[in-house]
Amino acid sequence: MPNDFFIPDPAGQVPTAEGYFGAYGGKFIPEALRAAVDEVAVAYEKAKGDDAFVAELNDLLVHYTGRPSPLTEVPRFAEQAGGARVFLKREDLNHTGSHKINNVLGQALLTRRMGKTRVIAETGAGQHGVATATACALLGLDCTVYMGEVDTERQALNVARMRMLGAEVVPVRSGSRTLKDAINEAFRDWVANVEHTHYLFGTVAGPHPFPALVRDFHRVIGIEARQQLLDRTGRMPDAAVACVGGGSNAIGLFHAFLPHPAVRLVGCEPAGHGLTSGEHAATLSLGDPGILHGSRSYVLQDEDGQITEPYSISAGLDYPGVGPEHAYLKDAGRAEYRAVTDDEAMQALRLLSRSEGIIPAIESAHALAGALAVGRELGPDGLIVVNLSGRGDKDMDTAARYFGLYDAEEADR
Amino acid sequence: MTGDIARLDAAFAAARAENRAALIGYLPAGFPDVDTGVRAMTAMLEGGCDAVEVGLPHSDPVLDGPVIQTADDIALRGGLRIKDVIRTVGEVQSRAAAPVLCMTYWNPVDRYGPERFAEDLAAAGGAGCILPDLPVEEAGPWRRAADKHGLATVFVVAPSSREQRLAAITAAGSGFVYAASLMGVTGTRESVGREAKDLVRRTRATEAVRAGLPVCVGLGVSTAAQAAEVAGFADGVIVGSAFVKRLLDAGDDREAGVAGVRALAGELAEGVRRRG
Repeated sequence: MPNDFFIPDPAGQVPTAEGYFGAYGGKFIPEALRAAVDEVAVAYEKAKGDDAFVAELNDLLVHYTGRPSPLTEVPRFAEQAGGARVFLKREDLNHTGSHKINNVLGQALLTRRMGKTRVIAETGAGQHGVATATACALLGLDCTVYMGEVDTERQALNVARMRMLGAEVVPVRSGSRTLKDAINEAFRDWVANVEHTHYLFGTVAGPHPFPALVRDFHRVIGIEARQQLLDRTGRMPDAAVACVGGGSNAIGLFHAFLPHPAVRLVGCEPAGHGLTSGEHAATLSLGDPGILHGSRSYVLQDEDGQITEPYSISAGLDYPGVGPEHAYLKDAGRAEYRAVTDDEAMQALRLLSRSEGIIPAIESAHALAGALAVGRELGPDGLIVVNLSGRGDKDMDTAARYFGLYDAEEADR
Repeated sequence: MTGDIARLDAAFAAARAENRAALIGYLPAGFPDVDTGVRAMTAMLEGGCDAVEVGLPHSDPVLDGPVIQTADDIALRGGLRIKDVIRTVGEVQSRAAAPVLCMTYWNPVDRYGPERFAEDLAAAGGAGCILPDLPVEEAGPWRRAADKHGLATVFVVAPSSREQRLAAITAAGSGFVYAASLMGVTGTRESVGREAKDLVRRTRATEAVRAGLPVCVGLGVSTAAQAAEVAGFADGVIVGSAFVKRLLDAGDDREAGVAGVRALAGELAEGVRRRG
């Protein structure tokens, strides 16, 4: 494997200069942020062609993050997947425990290049927040993380991790008190402090250039996985499966397979209590095109354009928007998006834990549940790669309550 | 029926004839309820405002501070719909015979349909629309609809705007240009920063403003003294959160809230006349 982990998209065909993937994307931002967003775009264009930047990022990705991440075959898990072969791309084994670190290190280096001294970030499950706090500690940047109050409660471990790393964590009490509201609050901070502050956006949504920039930093996931699969099995997978909240880990996995039309790209959205329950965050399945957080994409909204409060057991997927490139891939028919309920995800979480000794994040468990269904569709000849985007330590309280693990009798069932 | 941009132009001309800045007040529709909102906005105009901005509350007001967020939240929880906002525009306009603009985020208008929104706003007697998260580059569909229906499109400039963008934004706008006094969200501030004066000076240098487009300053202005200060260098003074706060502070006493709004409008109107 080459020692190059940061490989910007050489095609450069999408997005357009204005940040559009087909009908989606753009820069719907207040004038006060225009200069800052343009500055990020210019700095990124320069950085990705700068050997020193690329070398420093690659060095961190190897010696700090631990890339390449392993590809693990999970045959006992796959018995429930119609006998298809299933491989997990182990982003959970990255430093800080998720894929988020790939993007964060890139943007943190970019922050330093722009001469900014403070970083702000939003976080849902806390994985992006922890990764951001980590990179800020590493590079000596001030760090403030906005997190919905509901999420600070259900992901308390990650709040403690961020604070241990020296970040300020601000619980957000407006709106649904989840990821969407954390992003609102981060934008408010950015408008007021933009001169010395970079908004280290954590997913492939937001105004241009964030969808393309964050994607580029995550492309390594799919590039590695494709090569590892070829080395191990001699062929391309039939399906690449990932969970989709904002969509960063999914786009990171999908991109390397885009030129291979035989590879199904499957995004798994949170169906919460079910698609007809009114309590879900299945944006691509049930949303409509609209503008949220600076770009046009699918959005969960009412007929007056008010954003609907989402729900998912997974804090990281509990978001009423999605990255514009996913909207584009959906409309183009290149990627398919299916909805996975809380219950299906939690069953998959337990299955992987007990069959393979790997406890996934609840977010990633949505992808695992999707893979079980896709495997049954493909049958025994199928070959599936799943992005195991994060580890489940942070979710043990939620899982323990869900499965009754605090009660020995219940837990033995 | 065509929109009321002419009445907006006339209001600026009248203020200019009195050698003073215009006073523009903002309140969200449906706050604390639709009818009280209409009465408060009418009181605002009777108290001394030259024009009013009717806010269309949004679930995700990223440019608003806690005061307007709270008001938006109350309005939306009360079941406010876009048709109620349009009705508010119509009732205020017919009661006070003054220019009434709508201010909101882009997604509600995009979702409602720019053409339909412009048509309904114009039919209600609206004078124009302010869409602070809709950049000039994305504004084509809205501007076509607004032009067709005789509505002003007010764009926002910020202290961070460089000269080239100031030129592009003012060239695309009509009615007036909204100069954000500072880098930040809505809300009252202790003082109006130096940034505001500098931004107005730079905005005045653009071709569109030299040709007559008024420059109004908003964000952080809440007192008569601040209004007087801003009136010294701008064509108009915009006040929002301070009005909202009068209604919030009055709690369930709607009459006291409306009276507070009327009194504040009077104080601010005195402020914009203090100059010279």
